[in-house]
Amino acid sequence: MKFSDIKKSAEDEWHALQQGNVPLIVIGAATCGRSAGALGVKKTFEEEFQNRGIQAEIVEVGCLGPCYAEPLVNIIKPGGPNILYKNVTGKIAVELVENYIVNDNPLPEYALGTLGDSKVDGIPVLMETPFFKSQARELFRNSGFIDPTNINHYIANGGYSGLAKALEMEPAKVVEEIKASGLRGRGGGGFPTGMKWEFCFNAPGDEKYVICNADEGDPGAFMDRSLLESDPHALIEGMTIAGYTIGAGKGYIYCRAEYPLAVKRLRNAIAQSKEKGFLGENILGGKFNFDLEVFLGAGAFVCGEETALIASIEGGRGMPRHRPPFPAQSGLRGKPTLLNNVKTYSYVPKIINRGADWFAGIGTEKSKGTAVFALTGKVTNCGLIEVPMGISLREIIYDIGGGVSDGGEFKAVQTGGPSGGCLPASHLDTPIDYDSLRAAGSIMGSGGMVVMDQGTCMVDVARYFLDFTQKETCGECVPCRLGTKQMLNILEEITEGKGKPEDVDQLVEMGEAIKKASLCGLGQTAPNPVLTTIRYFREEYDAHIQNRSCPALLCKELISFRIIPEKCTGCMICARACPTDAITGEKKQVHVIDQSKCIRCGVCLEKCPKNFLAVECIAGQLSEGEQ
Amino acid sequence: MKEKINLTINGRSVTAEKGMNVLEASLRNNIYIPHLCFHAELQPAGACRLCMVELDGQRTTIACKTPVEEGMVVRTESPEISETRKVALELLVADHDTDCLNCVQNTKCALQRVADHVGMNLKRLQRLKFREEKLPVDDSNPFFTFNPNRCVLCGICVRTCSEVQGAEAIDFTNRGSEAIVAGFGAKPRIESNCESCGECVVRCPVGALTEKDYERPTHQVRTVCSFCGCGCGLFLGVRDNRIVSAKGDINSRASQGRLCVKGRFGFRFVNHPERLTSPLIKKDGEFVEASWDEALDLIVEKFSRFKGDQFAAISSAKCTNEDNYLTQKFTRAVMGTNNIDHCARL
Repeated sequence: MKFSDIKKSAEDEWHALQQGNVPLIVIGAATCGRSAGALGVKKTFEEEFQNRGIQAEIVEVGCLGPCYAEPLVNIIKPGGPNILYKNVTGKIAVELVENYIVNDNPLPEYALGTLGDSKVDGIPVLMETPFFKSQARELFRNSGFIDPTNINHYIANGGYSGLAKALEMEPAKVVEEIKASGLRGRGGGGFPTGMKWEFCFNAPGDEKYVICNADEGDPGAFMDRSLLESDPHALIEGMTIAGYTIGAGKGYIYCRAEYPLAVKRLRNAIAQSKEKGFLGENILGGKFNFDLEVFLGAGAFVCGEETALIASIEGGRGMPRHRPPFPAQSGLRGKPTLLNNVKTYSYVPKIINRGADWFAGIGTEKSKGTAVFALTGKVTNCGLIEVPMGISLREIIYDIGGGVSDGGEFKAVQTGGPSGGCLPASHLDTPIDYDSLRAAGSIMGSGGMVVMDQGTCMVDVARYFLDFTQKETCGECVPCRLGTKQMLNILEEITEGKGKPEDVDQLVEMGEAIKKASLCGLGQTAPNPVLTTIRYFREEYDAHIQNRSCPALLCKELISFRIIPEKCTGCMICARACPTDAITGEKKQVHVIDQSKCIRCGVCLEKCPKNFLAVECIAGQLSEGEQ
Repeated sequence: MKEKINLTINGRSVTAEKGMNVLEASLRNNIYIPHLCFHAELQPAGACRLCMVELDGQRTTIACKTPVEEGMVVRTESPEISETRKVALELLVADHDTDCLNCVQNTKCALQRVADHVGMNLKRLQRLKFREEKLPVDDSNPFFTFNPNRCVLCGICVRTCSEVQGAEAIDFTNRGSEAIVAGFGAKPRIESNCESCGECVVRCPVGALTEKDYERPTHQVRTVCSFCGCGCGLFLGVRDNRIVSAKGDINSRASQGRLCVKGRFGFRFVNHPERLTSPLIKKDGEFVEASWDEALDLIVEKFSRFKGDQFAAISSAKCTNEDNYLTQKFTRAVMGTNNIDHCARL
């Protein structure tokens, strides 16, 4: 079948669904939606429809982004508006069927917004709400709208048109197009994608490989998972174009086994793509053959490093090797290999389809296109966001994210996961692009963005990330294997109140040496969280070491609990609750905490009745007898 | 003759062969660059990060992974390199069993060589936390011991097992600072594919892999292995007229320095108290020592009773080719049968 015919029939199916004559219920059922209860909500809708004898269509889609509002349900009544409901529970589902599907009350109190051209009184237009307004959803255009298990939905929304177009171009022309777009690697490094493709294109050899790095391992990052679960065909199409361009016949998607739904949807998508003739032999009736395989990673963070990933596919232990030679010259099985991130490949069909100029028109001079972040931590609206490059951290956190959660005070934002850094409030106006973030001491990374408030201890944050990298280093090279361990020891001692005045200098000295001497990117960036917190929050380290005090009131050895004599009524509640009998005092007499017995569990603070509030937690250590 | 490459190392003009890396070229010209994981017979790994050099006054990289190029200007020391090396060395020492006097590699240890070159500052070193927990020693192999507390994870043993012996019995296991070299599934070496060839033991640059009951010889004797007909060249280490060690002869064309488990570890029979040194003849159900004449007379007498296919001979692979030739000649020409075999096929 010709591509135009395939596209026509897919569009017919899509329009029939959108403009059907029964209500359409679209449920966000990626892993995020499912963990919020989307499948239970789906079941409730099904039961309600069955009990009431209502004909309706229910479709599971991927992730739209606003995690704080999951589960999300889209309801389109025939000829009616397209309304998105937030935090839908079984109870709300029953109410929606009763009030909106059966009657005509759209229950605006449950709605997040309207989609498309629809306007409903009392419900904002979704794309004009703060969370969406500053976003530029290009990569995630389909996510949350199409059924990721139905290839026709993808085709109807422009899918595989890029492949059809690329197959009519000379491979060298495709390389030129990618180069002209200014696309840079979305795995975090930001290497110009077109240049990488050119290296592979020019590398001699009949046998070449295309690999996708879907081994998203940063704590708190879920961009790739979401994209794979919501729009898997974009990656398949991008990789197939890459295969055609560099002359590869085989591709691997290296996906972590912890992403079972993503793997399932990818495998399903690969099978559908083969069936339609977009993968396999004689793609779209031409001479190009390309096959894709999903390879499961076993959950090692270091396998996100390209040479370790290749070693893992080859069946070896996931250990990086020295570069050069780069994979573009000698990669999988010693053959030229193109290795990009999920997002990088997923941009490709759009760039081919809409042209390099379209992509280059978004973003800044050196960082083109959009950036995707998993916005988490102490932020009101957490979620998956896509913004044009060049937007400031402030716009992301305050406009899209709605500011710090629970009225807290902004302290820092962490980007780039364990390889990145923590930036303070003075850097809130830093534009989001590869070079600005690097200059500030952090990195773009693959897209994790964690907001921290005054209750976050920066020394503890550094300790947390070092603990992670120290456990995940492969153990091959000396600086990373042993240096991260020593740095972690120092950080642990600081947070335990055993810090020494020379510790900070030693951390910097060691951190710089590890960055310079380590074999791979893991070690070369592992000290970043420590170095940036020292750079921007030095006073917090000094407080821990010199004053034996944790200003964020987090490090147990560096805080104290005391009873405010003027407020204490001697009710004995705290004394009875104290697990170490550290609180003494007779009934109706002011109580005292024996600091030598206190384990700083905080039970007294928790138990002291709200009308007294006589217990307070303070930074620093109180000496025995001091109150 | 390989193509010559001219380069400058620390201001000295030196020549190297095409295909060499900067570390090889430097060592060949007697310019020491600290290193632990490099071994001339193995593929470079670039793991220890000690052989850092500055190229053309710009980029810093590791020498073992940088091929020599014509006109290349190499500096093996700079303030930046020294500082980085110091940190790496201190990290290694803090993680290492420092009881050097109790280590057989003492004075031959590559880590000591690096420390000697880079220089140690006790005050700096004491800022680090030394490894307190002692890891269990793997002495499951009858011939050698692996002590992870003395291992620097250079990976030379892993690469030897894979590249030289082809056994792939050991690899890195566990992650991060817990990483060690062990058999598959972190099992002891005796449960792995290990062939006990000891090629890893001779290449271990530190005291992690050591021969059991090792005694340092006073002198060495060049000879040929007596175990089979391969004719591997070896040096037997002698001490007080006893054989105490065996080392492969790198110049032997038959074996090029390599030995198997028998050649390397099987010499103790020579001085074993139970070794037979004279023939034994069974008399009244008991073996009794006899002279060679007595024994040969008995053999002649008994052989004379048989002829043709009543007879068969099995010869030993420990015999030389000449011995084996004579045995088959005797069997065919004297005894009149083709019933001749030997044990080398076993």
